[in-house]
Amino acid sequence: MNPLELAGARPGPAFTVTFDGRPVEALPGQTVAAALWAAGVTSWRSTRSQGRPRGVFCGIGVCFDCLVTVNGLPNRRACLVPVRPGDVIATQDGTGQEEACHAD
Amino acid sequence: MRTDLAVVGAGPAGLAAALAACARGVRVTLVDAAAQPGGQYYRQPAAGLGAARPEALHHRWRTWKRLRDGLAAHAVHVLTDHHVWSAERTPDGFTVHALLGPEQDQPVEVRARAVLLATGGYEKVLPFPGWTLPGVVTAGGAQAMLKGGLAVPGRRAVVAGTGPLLLPVATGLAAAGVEVAALVESAGPGRLARHGRALAGKLPEGAGYAARLLRHRVPVLTRHTVVRAHGDDRLTGVTVASLDAEGRVRPGTERHLDCDALAVGHGMLPHTDLAESLGCRLDGLTVAIDPEQRTDVPGVWAAGEATGVGGADLALAEGHIAGCSAAAHLRGTAPGPAPAALKARAKLRRSAAALDSAYAPPAHWPEQITDDTVVCRCEEVTAGAVREALDLGAGDERTVKLLTRAGMGWCQGRMCGTAVAGLAGCPPAPGKRPFARPVPLGVLARQHPQEGPS
Ligand SMILES: Cc1cc2nc3c(=O)[nH]c(=O)nc-3n(C[C@H](O)[C@H](O)[C@H](O)COP(=O)(O)OP(=O)(O)OC[C@H]3O[C@@H](n4cnc5c(N)ncnc54)[C@H](O)[C@@H]3O)c2cc1C
Ligand code: FES
Repeated sequence: MNPLELAGARPGPAFTVTFDGRPVEALPGQTVAAALWAAGVTSWRSTRSQGRPRGVFCGIGVCFDCLVTVNGLPNRRACLVPVRPGDVIATQDGTGQEEACHAD
Repeated sequence: MRTDLAVVGAGPAGLAAALAACARGVRVTLVDAAAQPGGQYYRQPAAGLGAARPEALHHRWRTWKRLRDGLAAHAVHVLTDHHVWSAERTPDGFTVHALLGPEQDQPVEVRARAVLLATGGYEKVLPFPGWTLPGVVTAGGAQAMLKGGLAVPGRRAVVAGTGPLLLPVATGLAAAGVEVAALVESAGPGRLARHGRALAGKLPEGAGYAARLLRHRVPVLTRHTVVRAHGDDRLTGVTVASLDAEGRVRPGTERHLDCDALAVGHGMLPHTDLAESLGCRLDGLTVAIDPEQRTDVPGVWAAGEATGVGGADLALAEGHIAGCSAAAHLRGTAPGPAPAALKARAKLRRSAAALDSAYAPPAHWPEQITDDTVVCRCEEVTAGAVREALDLGAGDERTVKLLTRAGMGWCQGRMCGTAVAGLAGCPPAPGKRPFARPVPLGVLARQHPQEGPS
């Protein structure tokens, strides 16, 4: 049994994206995080100061651990962003560029 | 856009509230960040996945069908993919500010005469060595990724922490083909039994889970805890140990379990940012409400986990009561929440309180956190650094934050607040975040052109 079988999923045709240059199969409707998990990938960010690997933690957009670069845009939350055909997904090193306002 | 009642959050509480208010003749706009209504409990697989049997991932499917069909039959205006970052009072009511997702760069405003906050919550996880390794996820996060994305974190998982959520997570993962090496619950078996009477309504559900755990051969370790997660660049296993009656790890009881996923959680925390920005009073960490689910700000109601953690049924009852009350006030009729809903709410609140005291993290959890454990995941602040700040005289979360940057990163302290408070030995304080979501500078600049970006 796998989750797709459990839910009786009949997704549309799979498509290809790349993760750090290598091809990964993805399904319509998946988030970037779900597609990477399905491909056995669990980390796609290295932290700013210690360079430690990170991936999904909260799964619902709250923790920002899953930040990733998609099509050149850094700081996308992989657990929220839907994966699209041809996406170029890359491990985000450190911050990417700061583009949002923080309420420190 | 203008409406009578803006409901923020389309989980059980928001759905029940929107349906109740709409049925009483009020124009309702229901706003949610997710792509589909349902909230955490009724999170639906993404449409593109074509799930023919989504009910296989869910409990109480009939209730969901009733809510979903109600939404289709009523004139509730549903705005999905709308991330609300702030709500403010205006001379003629309220303005709810949202960003159109997933890019979250297009601003949208909803103007309403009244607001109902049903924003739910997020999971609390107490740190332990190794908890930042890829493969360690929150229990609810594993559930959300399974229900929404039909994806699982690994092949062999341990489900750990404390609370009623661990049961559906363990059985859900097992049903989806993950080998669940153990369900590790820190509460002792006796504690639940002691609260038996108040939990009476919940027990049939509990018995159902016990049968499912048995069917999937999931070993259950009560009064146990995960003391460390192992791995270099990803999780390879965990050390679990048994706890004594005081909640301390019993030396010599440690053992290793191989796993490539750990789903861990220690309870729920409410989302209160929007309530705080509207000036609503909080009661501890939750939004304070009166018997009609009104906050102390006229025109603002709140329901569900934002007002106290108690599960989906309680959220439904509170949402219904709030929706009835809001409709009555907006239409100038007598408030009329049904006595049945009031009775159900009272009963469910009693069992929620019982569950809350039955499932408590081990009393001495801060002792488990070694100095080299990262506590603030965003800013990579270790427990050692927090303890140093405390030695320097910092007495609360806020001072620790100023000295160490713990809580200043992307998540704005949502992940580390409880842990920092625990290390400091003081009760967790509300976040006081000006925005519920990060806001692009361009949007802020358009909002307040006279002030310019800050
Ligand atoms: C990740 C996770 C998974 C869970 N899974 C289960 C489970 O499987 N079984 C179970 O019994 N309990 C589960 N729970 C517990 C759950 O919180 C409650 O049982 C129930 O869903 C609470 O209902 P609610 O309506 O109060 O809030 P929720 O169901 O949490 O609904 C709140 C809604 O508000 C929306 N929202 C919040 N803030 C904003 C904002 N700023 N802008 C726009 N929208 C916003 C969210 O997107 C969400 O849809 C889970 C909790 C979490 C955090
Ligand atoms: S996993 Fe927490 S924000 Fe994506």
